[in-house]
Formats: sequence, C-alpha cells, structure tokens
Amino acid sequence: MREPKLRRRLFLNGLFRTGIYGLAFGALLPLFLILIDVFVKGLPVISWNFLVNTPKATGETGGGIANAIVGSLMLVTLATAMALPIGVAAGVYLSEARKSRLAYFTRLAVDVLQGMPSVVIGIIAYLWLVRVMGKFTALSGGLALALMMLPLVVRGTEEVLKLVPAHIKEASLALGVPHYRTVLRVVIPCGLPGIISAVLLGVSRIAGETAPLLFTAFGNRFLEFSPLKPVGSLPLTIFTYAMSPYQDLQAQAWGASVVLIVLVLATNIISRVVITRWKIQF
Amino acid sequence: MENPILRTENLNAYYGGQLALKGVTMAVPEKRLTAIMGPSGCGKSTLIRCLNRMHELIPGARVENTVFLKDKDLYAMEPTEVRRMIGMVFQRPNPFPTMSIFANVIAGYTLNSIRLKRGEADRIVEESLRKAALWEEVKDHLHKKGTFLSGGQQQRLCIARALALNPEIILLDEPTSALDPKATAFIEELMEELKKSVSICLVTHNIAQASRVSDYTAFMYLGELVEYNTTEKIFTVPQDKRTEEYLVGKFG
Repeated sequence: MREPKLRRRLFLNGLFRTGIYGLAFGALLPLFLILIDVFVKGLPVISWNFLVNTPKATGETGGGIANAIVGSLMLVTLATAMALPIGVAAGVYLSEARKSRLAYFTRLAVDVLQGMPSVVIGIIAYLWLVRVMGKFTALSGGLALALMMLPLVVRGTEEVLKLVPAHIKEASLALGVPHYRTVLRVVIPCGLPGIISAVLLGVSRIAGETAPLLFTAFGNRFLEFSPLKPVGSLPLTIFTYAMSPYQDLQAQAWGASVVLIVLVLATNIISRVVITRWKIQF
Repeated sequence: MENPILRTENLNAYYGGQLALKGVTMAVPEKRLTAIMGPSGCGKSTLIRCLNRMHELIPGARVENTVFLKDKDLYAMEPTEVRRMIGMVFQRPNPFPTMSIFANVIAGYTLNSIRLKRGEADRIVEESLRKAALWEEVKDHLHKKGTFLSGGQQQRLCIARALALNPEIILLDEPTSALDPKATAFIEELMEELKKSVSICLVTHNIAQASRVSDYTAFMYLGELVEYNTTEKIFTVPQDKRTEEYLVGKFG
C-alpha cells in the first residue's frame, strides 16, 4: 500500500532535482560558450609582441594593442580616482542617515544614475569636458566611466556598512568616541573588505564600456600617457577592429577581447578573494 | 545611603512621545554594586543608558531633568566626556572585530586619540586585563583578534576595555544574559571582586543574580522606580506589594 506512493514521491523528487540542476546548468552555459568562442579565436593572436606593440600602419601586418591596454588602465584609474572618494563618502552618509529626506533623495538619484544609458553619459561628459576644453581627452573618458561606476560604489558601500552590527558602533560610542571618529575608525574598517570588493566590481563593470568613450577618450593609435590627450582603450579597439574589412584586424579584435575578459575576470576573482580572505567576524 | 557617587533627580526619558521612565530619583553608592531588576520593558535598560547619555543616541529619544556624578551635572557636559568617565558593558559581548586583544583594551585611548607613552599602554592593558580576570588566559596572545575568544572571555575583554579608561563607575547592562552558566558564574565572581575598587551599576532580569551579587537593589516596573533599598531588605522585607509579587514570580 505504501510502497507505490513512496516510489512515486521518490520519482517526483528525482525529476524535480534533475530539472533544477538542468536549469542551473543552463545559466552557466552561456558564459562557457562565450569564453570558449572568444578564447579559441583570440588566443592564437596573443603573443608578447601583440601586448607590447602599438598598431602598424594600415596595410602592414603585425602590430599590437599596447596603446589600448595602457589607455584602458589609465581610464579605469582616472574613473576610480574620481568615483571612489565621492562614492564611499555618499555610501557612508546613506548608511548613517538611513531615514533622512536627503538620504532618500540621494538613494533615488543614485538609482536613476545607475539606470542611465551609457551613451547618454558619454554625451554629457562630451558636453562638460570635451566641448569646454576643446579636445578629446582621457580625462573626459575617465569622467564618463566615473559616472557609471559611482552608483555601484555608493550602493555597495552603503549595503556593506549597514551590515556592521549596531552593537559594535555602540561599543565605540560608549567609550566616548565622537560619532565621526566612530565611523572613520570602527565602522569603515569593519566594512573595508566589502568596500574594496564593491570598488573592484565597479572597475570590472566599467572596463568593458565602449559607448561613453566614443566621444570622450576618442581613441589613439599611439601610446599616450597624458590624461589630457586622447587615448585608446580595449573596448574601442575591439569595436573598430571588428568593424574593419581586414581579416588580420578582425583577428586582433578577438585577441583584444581575450585580454579584456582576462582583466575583468581577474578583477572579479580578486574581489572574491578579498571578501573571503579578510572576512570579519562580528 | 552611604556616599552616593551618582544620583538621578526626577529623571524622565522618552522614546518619541512615549514616556519610558517616570520621574526616577535614585542614588548609586560608591564602591558598591547596585542592581536594577524588573521585568522586560520596565525601563531598567533605559535608565542605565540615561546614566552615560547613551539613551539620547536613539532617534527621537530624549531625557528630562538630570543626573549628577558626584557634583557634576552630566547633562550640562559634553556627552562624549560623560561616556569616558562612565564605562559601559553591553548585553552582547562586542569587542571590535578588526582589533587585537591589546588594541581592544586600549581602544578607549586610541579611538579618542589620547596619546600614551609606549610603556604606559602596556601597563594599562595588563592592569585592566588583570582586573577583568583575563590576563592569565590571554597574556600570550595579546596580538590575536579579540573575536577568537569565547563568549565569556569576550565579555571580560569588554569589561577590561571599560576599566582601562579608569571610569568613576561602570554600568553593566545584562552582561551575562548571552552567556552560559559557567561563564555567568565567572563574571559574577568578577563583579564581586571589582566592586571593591570601582562602583558598579548592574541591570539584570535575573532575580537570583541580583540577590547573589548586589549590595543594593532597585525594582522597576512600567517605567517607575517601585522600590530601592539594600538587597537584604528588598529580598526579605519588601515594602511594596509589586516587589513582593515580582520576587515570588507572579509576573516578570
């Protein structure tokens, strides 16, 4: 009597489990397909010369993407330098003043900014900096990327500081430590791994942005280290090379994709390591 | 009442519009252990948090009238200064998770940017840990994180941290309610030792604990100080009917 019922249950259980595993695998699949495709097409292109040389003149073979790697690193550094202090400060404010009106509007503004199309942000940076300075610069590209990164840093910092338990803060306040110093020397250190990881996730998010760079950093075929000059970048190189009619440039676009993906993956992995290694127990 | 060190005068405390303490007048004697007991929500924690001005940190909370520490009006001073003179230990052990044991004990100085000579910091840390009966257990790992200790050790670390600032009085807000019986017994023993050198005000919902360790006991109910006397009198000849009912377990 009970046997068939039990068997039916076990069967349904197995069916359900297989379904869940199958669908979960489906979520992993796109990433692997993308990685396989990009690596198969891109890896053969990559060599030391590819990484340290600038592009050759059109028609010549060879050449590399050193200009784009340096440009991307510079853009990300500039963006982080702009977004980090403002973002962390705003995040600290939001986690401390949870219910104030200003906090409500700040949160709203940050969320709207997060949803802003990147191409619009590019145009804004063009208006604010490129038009005013009269030239395309790495600085304006950095600004556009900083605007994209800001919401991630703000909300990441806020969320992570909210997790710092109230009784830790009370411990500091009860020692007669003023509020601002409690925040600086107790709350922020407790949230530091989380803040670092939020910033790194922001970095990996903006590293692949193309649209905001089209009319700000513009692109540059030569190595350029000045923030006041136009610079190349990996996503921009991928875009222009992939659209070009030349096969060797198309192949180089795959190679640049591999470099970009590896950089982004590495940033993601580092942020994971920071979170788990420096885990703070409350 | 012998030598009061701290006294409240007709103290009212509010959470928003809600009156949580109703005109509490009470004196805490020096170098004695005074227990405040009562059922949950009676205002005992609110009272103790008014004594070092922690109550007002809650949004919407405020206090009427004042508290005197000896002859100093605490509500005429800077709250941070008050909190440095009156130590506090909380219900849940709360050592700073990013700091070592050493740094935790000395935190009252470092976080307040009070400069100490090197030897002086070492001396304060050892002395405070000895007073909190933790020195022997941790002296070889002073630079390990405080959060690796057991719950009872963490609570003693918090007591050491409060003692390090040489407070006039320390407030213990249900310091054993998160601890197991063994750690509780240890802390109770420690309190009896400590009261020889420092005034202690203990909030507890544990009647037996109040009777075991305190010299004076206050009974609070619904925001009122119902009765306050030597522990012996409260537990043998309570004057108020509510105290008696609480002690025999009719409510609470």
